[in-house]
Amino acid sequence: MDADLRAPRIASKASLRWDAVRQKPILLYPEGVLILNPSAEAILSLCDGRRPVSEIVSELASRYGGDPVALETDVWNFLQELLDRGLLLCPDPKEK
Amino acid sequence: MPSTHAASTRLEKDAGKQPRALDLGFPFSLLCEVTFRCPLQCPYCSNPLGFAHALRDELDTAEWIRVLEEAAGLGVLQAHFSGGEPLLRKDLPEMIAAAHRFGLYANLSTGGTLLTSDLAHRLKEAGLGGFQLSIQDSRPESAEWAAGMRGSFAKKGEAARMARDAGLTLGINVVLHRQNLDRIEEIIALAESWGAERLELANSQYNGWALHNRRWLLPTRAQVERASEVASLAQERLRGKMEILFVIPDYYAAYPKACLHGWGRAFLTVSADGMVLPCQAAREITSLSFPNVREENLRDIWFHSAAFRRFRGTDWLPEPCQSCPRKEIDFGGCRCQAFLLTGDAGATDPACLLSPHHHRIEEALAEAETRETVSWSYRNPTESKRLSGVPCHPSAPSRAEPEPTP
Repeated sequence: MDADLRAPRIASKASLRWDAVRQKPILLYPEGVLILNPSAEAILSLCDGRRPVSEIVSELASRYGGDPVALETDVWNFLQELLDRGLLLCPDPKEK
Repeated sequence: MPSTHAASTRLEKDAGKQPRALDLGFPFSLLCEVTFRCPLQCPYCSNPLGFAHALRDELDTAEWIRVLEEAAGLGVLQAHFSGGEPLLRKDLPEMIAAAHRFGLYANLSTGGTLLTSDLAHRLKEAGLGGFQLSIQDSRPESAEWAAGMRGSFAKKGEAARMARDAGLTLGINVVLHRQNLDRIEEIIALAESWGAERLELANSQYNGWALHNRRWLLPTRAQVERASEVASLAQERLRGKMEILFVIPDYYAAYPKACLHGWGRAFLTVSADGMVLPCQAAREITSLSFPNVREENLRDIWFHSAAFRRFRGTDWLPEPCQSCPRKEIDFGGCRCQAFLLTGDAGATDPACLLSPHHHRIEEALAEAETRETVSWSYRNPTESKRLSGVPCHPSAPSRAEPEPTP
């Protein structure tokens, strides 16, 4: 998939943090907060703007096992929701 | 400021299947109403009708910094600086820097007319995240008529540009009502052209000033239905470019909104004079007395004050709420609306179809379908003093005249 070459990163308006009071990872942004489960945190912490999605998927597959095809669908569903809301940016490498 | 804070701060507690983080008992969000002073006079302002009595006794810088530190220790993740016009506080960058230092995500809600390029850069350097600019309408004449300030429209356009140039994330907030709802396409186009990443289109909530001016503000059903369609098409068209939130008036919904996700559950407001409220409209509930940060710390107030415990959870709910399957969804609706329309803050929100007081809403809606011209009041200290102390149910206001702007 061509889109897999794109390397997502967290938008500057959002911030990935550890909430010391609730003891949970969170993504903070202007209008609210997402309290992350372990898989959401694992995905987001790999979104550094350098790793393409394909590499994020293979990293997660080697860490946690499971079917890579199903995993890729899950990762894309999660990323797409954040992309739609502008919390994640995914520049097309061809535009540079 | 727009009267839709509850709707604007979405709490999304399950990115994945999580235990319900809301039920851990810690607040997420603090609204800091740092001043009630404002150069604008919007007739739907979310400040209390009697704000003029609390103009002189503002918390000072050190008191606000203490509040922010206590809030962070209590689990608050976001601090929303609002007013009045928060840019009137010369120490705003200092307060935002403190919020940032305590790990809070700082947002600003402003009318924008007092922004300068230098101030925008200082706010950014202090760690401000979201910059939310209120606009009243899509055209200068009608926008300035609603705001009660000549020249405000162009200043807002400049503020949007200066905020973006300083690297701030621009959101635009618009309170929708009878007088601007038919220009919703133009309003969306304006927000696009000013470079907003997010547009909040929230219908006026009829508490305080907006309840007093309800006959002037309440739209017809046809207006609301048409605007909903326009908004949902724009949401599709602009997906990924500009996020659009559209909040319908609860008068036109079958069930009440889950006001603030429940009383004393996720949000708290600290007012200009230090009063601590579960929601910024709650000061209107004169049957409760609210604590003040000048007398107690925020943790004791949150967990132990009678006002915060009064409507927390669902045990206090009356019928028809107590046996209703929706009670964990809407918690009986808005306490302020219940108090203002029924005189009992513990009643079911009359916006609910099942409320024994729902006829109060139906009567207002029937009135909205008539075409007569009505008078209304600007939000300013003169009107505030005149109106506070009188019953809040819509009364016959004087003819609206804006106070002269300096």
